[in-house]
Amino acid sequence: MGARSNYEIVAGLMPLLDSAILVAAREKGFAAEEGIDLTLVRETSWASIRDRLAVGHFQVAHQLAPMPIAANLGLTPLAARTIAPIALGLGGNAVTVSNGLWRTMVDHGAHADLDPATAGRALRAVITERAKGQSEPLKLAVVHPFSGHNYELRYWLAASGIDPERDVEIVFVPPPLMADALAADTIDGYCVGEPWSTAATVAGVGHIATVKAAIWRSSPEKVLGVAASWAEREPDALAALLRALCRAAQWCSMEANHRELADILAGSGYVGRPAAWLLHGLSGQLDIGGGEVRVTQDFFIPFAKAATFPWKSHALWFYSQMVRWGQVAHTRENAAIARDTYRPDLYRSALKPLGVALPAANSKVEGALLRPTPVGSAGASLMLGPDGFFDGALFDPDKLDAYIEGQKR
Amino acid sequence: MSQRPTPLSILIIDENRLRAAVIEDGLRDAGYAQLTVVHDVAGIARKIADTDPDVIVIDLENPNRDVLESMFQLSRAVQRPIAMFVDRSDQASIEAAVEAGVSAYVVDGLKRERVKPIVDMAVSRFNAFARMARELEEARSQLESRKLIERAKGILMSTRGLSEADAYALLRKTAMNQNRKLSEIAESLITAAGLLAPPEE
Repeated sequence: MGARSNYEIVAGLMPLLDSAILVAAREKGFAAEEGIDLTLVRETSWASIRDRLAVGHFQVAHQLAPMPIAANLGLTPLAARTIAPIALGLGGNAVTVSNGLWRTMVDHGAHADLDPATAGRALRAVITERAKGQSEPLKLAVVHPFSGHNYELRYWLAASGIDPERDVEIVFVPPPLMADALAADTIDGYCVGEPWSTAATVAGVGHIATVKAAIWRSSPEKVLGVAASWAEREPDALAALLRALCRAAQWCSMEANHRELADILAGSGYVGRPAAWLLHGLSGQLDIGGGEVRVTQDFFIPFAKAATFPWKSHALWFYSQMVRWGQVAHTRENAAIARDTYRPDLYRSALKPLGVALPAANSKVEGALLRPTPVGSAGASLMLGPDGFFDGALFDPDKLDAYIEGQKR
Repeated sequence: MSQRPTPLSILIIDENRLRAAVIEDGLRDAGYAQLTVVHDVAGIARKIADTDPDVIVIDLENPNRDVLESMFQLSRAVQRPIAMFVDRSDQASIEAAVEAGVSAYVVDGLKRERVKPIVDMAVSRFNAFARMARELEEARSQLESRKLIERAKGILMSTRGLSEADAYALLRKTAMNQNRKLSEIAESLITAAGLLAPPEE
């Protein structure tokens, strides 16, 4: 007989490295310790996750960090009110290009060092040359319009002098099909979470040009999307789940656990790919293609640097990019909806008993920290940063209007 | 005088050909003639542009739903905005559809009463298909159990010299005593006999 469960929670997830915290919460018993019978259901699309959250099949789900904001802004079909009371780590994505495109980029000055500035300059030169030769625009894929991938790819392109709307074509492909699409020449490159860049490099069909952690260090990627109506009805169940996820995140962050975590995630109910693929992302030792392995700082951060804290400045940055790319009109009301989607208040009240580091602020200036810096916190002491954007820009959530204005084309 | 509304164009996307055919039949029988069926989303933008559908029906588990939805957002292929489901406030309809494993996208502004029969038909056909698949699976496993029981009877008859009726009665009694299925007892017996059998020459 198992321990008695007080709460039954069903969570949807996608086959990605950053489902790790949810998976560890179940598989390593952190959920059970909090009296939660946690069922995980692997889904085939973010749309399906959203729909099943909306009709109550799931109470919570692994979601792209901008998804709950898009739902609350009414931008997606079947949008049920969703909150994000915890993040599921920072970073974890890479931009991978075909071998052919990579060779041309190298001819134009790109190096195998994942530096977004030189890779971006080289890509721009390639695009300029292609335009002269009347070639078709390059096709770059992301997984979802409301995703960190879409926004960081566009940010990188725009900051490199490439217009994501005119100079390239951005298309959509499900993560597990990216490497195949690259091999088949259907696309020239893509931005995706692990292990779907590793899938291309181990197959020898692609080269990692840069990574999310270099475009914007310590940047948000996935959150736990929670049906707002359920959160209101079951505050104790939610608080228990947040504690379980925090402990799971801590476990995931320990290097000694990476092999076991990779083995668990490799299971057919989760990512269903070799553990060795997942270890690249967990260790930050990326196989970038051509047999080269690069150590990447902060590639995927599950716990350190308040990696699970749902910063309102993250929500507002995503919102600024929705406005930038014409997905939503900028109004005071819309900005408030975005800001209120992320719920650091619920995070703090649930995690207080654990004695973990809790940031004192709800928002921060993104990109301001050039080195690890101690910040005000309750519980344990807390170091944040570095968190810079590769182009040196700052995002001050108190100057949202100016930021949006400055990004207008 | 009300004008006869133009017939609706419906696009069915399903990788499962059999299920797609079942839905297509249902809609055709209900009088919808402008139907397009695709099994593969490759080149779907083109298909959407060509058929200009009023309603798109797609299976919920299709991994390409994100791709499809992103097209409604960004692609120039879609001439008219597409929303999901008949009516966002119709929670029962939405639940029934998600439960059945189907999602429908509908051109914005289309009247609820024109779309609801289509979605209802898709939901009932999806459910019927799932039932059919389940029944097929049950029939298959029944056949499988019958074969197991035959083999177990044969083993008892040859090793213990029982008649066929006695062999069956013994299996049945054991199953009842252990509160297990007859086929499970038969399977254990076959496994045990296999383990205990002398190695073949």
